[in-house]
Amino acid sequence: MTGSRLPVGAALVNRVLGGGILGRTPFARLVVFTVAVFVSMTLLVGSDRFLTTANFQSIAFQLPELALLSFAMMLSMLTGGIDLSVVSVANLSSIVAAMTMVHVLRGPAGAGGDAIAIAAGVGAGVCTGLACGLVNGCAVAFVRVPSILVTLGTLQLFTGLALVLTGGQAIIGLPDSFQWLGNGTLLAVPVPLWLCAAGAAVMAVVINRTAFGVEARLVGTNPIAAWFAALPVRSVLVRTYVTTALVSSVTGLLMVSRANSAKADYGSSYLLQSILVVVLAGVDPAGGSARVAGVGLAVFALELLSSGFGMMRLTSFATELAWGAFLLLVMVINSVLERRGK
Amino acid sequence: MTPRSSDRPFLSLTAIGKSFGGVRALDDVSLDVSAGEIHCLAGENGSGKSTLIKVIAGVHRPDRGSIAIAGQPVASLTPISAVRQGVQVIYQDLSLFPNLTVAENLAINSLVEHRRTLVRWRDVRRTAEHALERLRVSIDLDRLVGDLPIAEKQLVAIARALLQDARLIVLDEPTTALTGVEVDALFALVRDLQQRGVAILFVTHKMREMLQAADRFTVLRNGRVVESGPAAEFDEARLTHAMTGRAIGETRFDGRVDASAPPRLRIRDLTGPILRGVTFDVRPGEIVGLTGLLGAGQGELAARVAGLETSGTGEIAVDGAPLPACTVRAAARAGIGYVPEDRLREGLFLDRSIADNANASSLRALTTGLRLLSTRRMRSQADRWIHDLGVKAPSIDAPVRQLSGGNQQRVVLARVLATRPKVLVLNGPTVGVDVGAKEEIHATIRQLAAGGLAVLIVSDDLPELVQSCSRVLVFRHGRVTAELGAAALTGDALQEQLSAAH
Repeated sequence: MTGSRLPVGAALVNRVLGGGILGRTPFARLVVFTVAVFVSMTLLVGSDRFLTTANFQSIAFQLPELALLSFAMMLSMLTGGIDLSVVSVANLSSIVAAMTMVHVLRGPAGAGGDAIAIAAGVGAGVCTGLACGLVNGCAVAFVRVPSILVTLGTLQLFTGLALVLTGGQAIIGLPDSFQWLGNGTLLAVPVPLWLCAAGAAVMAVVINRTAFGVEARLVGTNPIAAWFAALPVRSVLVRTYVTTALVSSVTGLLMVSRANSAKADYGSSYLLQSILVVVLAGVDPAGGSARVAGVGLAVFALELLSSGFGMMRLTSFATELAWGAFLLLVMVINSVLERRGK
Repeated sequence: MTPRSSDRPFLSLTAIGKSFGGVRALDDVSLDVSAGEIHCLAGENGSGKSTLIKVIAGVHRPDRGSIAIAGQPVASLTPISAVRQGVQVIYQDLSLFPNLTVAENLAINSLVEHRRTLVRWRDVRRTAEHALERLRVSIDLDRLVGDLPIAEKQLVAIARALLQDARLIVLDEPTTALTGVEVDALFALVRDLQQRGVAILFVTHKMREMLQAADRFTVLRNGRVVESGPAAEFDEARLTHAMTGRAIGETRFDGRVDASAPPRLRIRDLTGPILRGVTFDVRPGEIVGLTGLLGAGQGELAARVAGLETSGTGEIAVDGAPLPACTVRAAARAGIGYVPEDRLREGLFLDRSIADNANASSLRALTTGLRLLSTRRMRSQADRWIHDLGVKAPSIDAPVRQLSGGNQQRVVLARVLATRPKVLVLNGPTVGVDVGAKEEIHATIRQLAAGGLAVLIVSDDLPELVQSCSRVLVFRHGRVTAELGAAALTGDALQEQLSAAH
């Protein structure tokens, strides 16, 4: 009504906020929260330190691992399930990849075989992810064990396998050029961020524009109706868990490259954080919804928090505390507003 | 003192309205029940009786209208305040504790009410004895309620209601599981309560009982009161007409079926948990109704054809080709479309859009190169079916949850028809659909049959079967015991077959 008279900027803000101060949709609210975090961190830390290229570069290196794992988590939640094995799949894949690389380097190809070693390692890592995904997917789709139990089991299984393979030791001595994946830049943008952006784009297309994506959404909305409607429920579930495992294994490769070593218990804190991110993004854990942009934004907000806290010389424990508080705050506000909306 | 009915009603509902999602369950319903009156609330399944009971019990809060109890307006009724004011609802399941004894069941409310920490068993027995004395019945107080026959359970439930100073007792389908003698005993008891000034609201869809017991009638249809008045004004024909909205067999399906055409659907010797060797054919253009008492086999037959029920033997063939496997997907691929009975649970993705629902079963046909979905084709397919079936909705992006029952059923139909089926199996196609939409859905089904589809309708709605079907198969204990077609297909004939099937 009065919208046409507002200046463009105000109209945009009005649209995002949907008239209310905290917005009508979870995504609009997330935008508000992220801006709030950004502004408060800038003020607390000081713009001369917070608003620097170095800070954002560092965030751009940090963010992709959690973001990719969160995309995987989101996909499993889209079908109304959950994949608790994302981090263990990432670690198992990274260990298989690292062992393959080290093995090839020591072999006849010798020091000149970096490229061969990397190709073999990446191939082995991704294949490991595929195998892990098939185990999860088949157990959920055919044996019909609830996904939370299946993936809790495979979380132990894959971690155990990784520990047995390495004896708990870190694997080192990877090809130097492999570090580019996790630490290099392309056109002044960190390579991991490129990878993350590509992951987001592929995820968005798969979820919104493929029959598989729409069917996954329908299965998550009402699995009984999906069966009655003759949807390929089992194949959708298997493909879901294979995809989450593939994304996890790529994340694993990224982690190996950044650390220049592989270990069975890297990034174990990512598991709960990825669930936190997905919920923060407004995805309904009961199934049927997915928000790629929301997940990206939620990870960005959390990374802003953690880099700000780091600059204020607070411990990483304080960061954990802040993340938890942030999640609770967002959830409380979301549920209060939604109840009022009804 | 026999206060037959006082001037002021004990319970007075005025212009009650209640909607669930987009479905209007009650619309402008007014109802008065006086002390010492046996009031019968009649209506078919889905007419809004259950919703109205729950409004009276304080379970559902009406969207519109007002409630007065004993002349006092009640702003908001909750289950507890309803009980405090003397309203007792006895549901079909009776809500007793089967693992407790008769005495415990009777005394539990007063135990809870007085917030005693320790139980005084002497009091429990005295309360229970007192309660049963008032009903002039004797039941062993120490028996577990779970072991009692249903009629005695019902007595316990009524006794418990009276213990809580019931002034209005609502009985929901109380005679469903009773024998004739037990029904008579129940009626005697109810009249006794009436003499004591207790108001009774009797909720049922059984005609004979109603005429026998009630002082007044209120008939609900599609959430509205269609008739209300003293029992003397009603007879069976008028009640039937009021409940169903028409005399049985007003219009008929007159589609021509080419008897020489090869059958679209061939069923041979189907045997399963209930079915015992069922064999029949359905030709293109034919609408075959399947009916019978609950669990007589008609539902299982539909489930077998749709690939939902996998156990059993026999052959199902579409256009001469037997189904290769007994799964939903195999049936769908063979050209069998199934519209399930429970629309909300089995048929729809409530939170998804109309377009997503309509396209759900045919997504693979809507992809372009690169296996990406074509947004344009998805929208045009959804648009087309929504238009063809006359779904009334603001846009195809609206969530299905917001639609009325009839429009939701059309969306399910759109989803199934988008797969271009050869055989259409409809299970209770118009349950919970209002009369106008019902007629339109029937017209659509007839039109589809005229287009060469073979149609199976599973239904216990006799007018629906008489009006829409070329012939009707009556099931009993897993067998087809009667086949009524053409002139032989009348409401009375069907009713007779169904009663014979007892």
